[in-house]
Amino acid sequence: MGESAQNATLNDERIKEISPLRKALIRPELGGMVGTVAVFTFFLLFAFDSGMFNAQGMMNWSVVSAQFMIIAVGACLLMIAGEFDLSVGSMIGFSGMMIAIFSVTLAWPVWMAIIVTFAMAMAIGALNGWIVIRTGLPSFIVTLAFLFILRGFTIFLPQVIERKTIIGGVKDVAEGDWLAPIFGGKILQGLFQWLGDAGVIAVFERGTRQGQPVVDGIPMLIVWAIVLIIFGHVLLTKTKFGNWIYASGGDAEAARNSGVPVNKVKILMFMLTAFCATVFAVCQVMEFGSAGADRGLLKEFEAIIAVVIGGALLTGGYGSVLGAALGALIFGVVQQGLFFAGVESSLFRVFLGVILLGAVILNTYIRRIITGER
Amino acid sequence: MNPEHAPIIQMKNIEKHFGSVIALAGVSVDVFPGECHCLLGDNGAGKSTFIKTMSGVHQPTHGEILFEGKPMHFADPRDAIEAGIATVHQHLAMIPLMSVSRNFFMGNEPVKKIGPINFFDHEYANNVTMEEMKKMGINLRGPDQAVGTLSGGERQTVAIARAVHFGAKVLILDEPTSALGVRQTANVLATIDKVRKQGIAVVFITHNVRHALAVGDRFTVLNRGKTLGTAQRGQITPEELQDLMAGGQEMVALEGSLGGTV
Repeated sequence: MGESAQNATLNDERIKEISPLRKALIRPELGGMVGTVAVFTFFLLFAFDSGMFNAQGMMNWSVVSAQFMIIAVGACLLMIAGEFDLSVGSMIGFSGMMIAIFSVTLAWPVWMAIIVTFAMAMAIGALNGWIVIRTGLPSFIVTLAFLFILRGFTIFLPQVIERKTIIGGVKDVAEGDWLAPIFGGKILQGLFQWLGDAGVIAVFERGTRQGQPVVDGIPMLIVWAIVLIIFGHVLLTKTKFGNWIYASGGDAEAARNSGVPVNKVKILMFMLTAFCATVFAVCQVMEFGSAGADRGLLKEFEAIIAVVIGGALLTGGYGSVLGAALGALIFGVVQQGLFFAGVESSLFRVFLGVILLGAVILNTYIRRIITGER
Repeated sequence: MNPEHAPIIQMKNIEKHFGSVIALAGVSVDVFPGECHCLLGDNGAGKSTFIKTMSGVHQPTHGEILFEGKPMHFADPRDAIEAGIATVHQHLAMIPLMSVSRNFFMGNEPVKKIGPINFFDHEYANNVTMEEMKKMGINLRGPDQAVGTLSGGERQTVAIARAVHFGAKVLILDEPTSALGVRQTANVLATIDKVRKQGIAVVFITHNVRHALAVGDRFTVLNRGKTLGTAQRGQITPEELQDLMAGGQEMVALEGSLGGTV
């Protein structure tokens, strides 16, 4: 009786009273936007003269942020669908190693190595998802197993085949390949040359590259990051499938009752996460010209942290790709910014822990507002 | 009930056995369009098994289901949903973190083609949601309001409105009022009344006699897997219904010792 009498007086009146400020708070991107402004303000004030904001400096933290963004998009959509993937880092190492083995050791054409690697990675992602669905086990445990399985193979295979843990020479075999530049190339080189000639950005003073701008184009890594963010954002917010992603993570049983193919959605999101990890791996291998057994260590946690800073709930059903992208940007800017500011790099980890905790507390609070829990 | 109407769904001598347990031992119920048929019974009486048979979750061991006069064999719930039998569960119907509009169209998203891509038609979804909610007497702040901010009764109402919008002919409500306060219950009962007047058959499962009598046209009581018959509105008193549910004499004795408060 008491409860219903209370509801009678609070019902509609209460709902309409929510202030615009509070309404603005109920956005998954809020934490990411506030964080981005705070981080840029901080570094503009304290590290402006350090070179962080000239062409080279900006390219430096943009590339690092773009790396985080690529894996954060996959992790974000998967987390909203209600699952985790802890094997992202190992997948990066594994995919990179497979490309090197296929193209260098087995001398396959690079385009074929890349395509086969993508197919393998997405098959492993589907396997992850299939095991999670079939067994009903938490994806945390299943993908933790794959973290070790994939890392194990990434160390084992090159040792058996080449008797070393780093396989180089990818740059040489990728010369003239049609697919490799999609991952390792640069765009807008003409524009940057023009900017250099016009004196907007610095040019090399001497050496073999004299007269060329210090930043000679936008790496494809950044293009991939932008394309994946736009793809993820549109998929999540503007399509039928996006509604299914939210529903699968919000309450799988209710979604099934309404006819949402929850299993299909979750498995596809595991495959997307593996795809993103492989994009990261291919870009990295093409840039370095080599694959190493220790590549991608801890990347799974960095992806999850970026997603959480971006406002997604660890329990699924809520989040934003744009938020995750901002989380990745914060991540990249702070990591590189502390270096420019001359701060001891180990403090970056302290910062990361603090911001992660803050973000999770904020998200929990926002969730309570949305669901009306107390 | 209007006798000219043909029943939309007829359950004839339904038996359901789970291994050696006989959950339903020959239950017959007719449901007419535009009526609210209350299914009463205590816990374990077989109400859930019976409605799950009606909605295609279980297949009957013996007996026949006629839908619009034709024998039907529902292989799974999707068959039943496509035929027009919608079930609104007490829980597991709405997702609190999603907006009302996204929930309303969950699994039935309207699409708008732009170029080669099918986009979720948010404009259409939002308009329909606001309109349907208004019909049911719920004033939303906006279609993007999260379902989590609605009360339990309002959530049931959204679920019912959704089922009606997507063409349900038979609406099965599984204990929609059992977890609600007095006022919210009244809202849900009012919704049931509105739906019934649109000519939809409502099967209302409850173990609360007062809720049943408030909206019911006919009452079927299940007890230990059997039906004790169907009563018309006005032909039965609350006390008689209560007795039927509990199985007669024991209840009389218990009621005496409790001073008539049950």
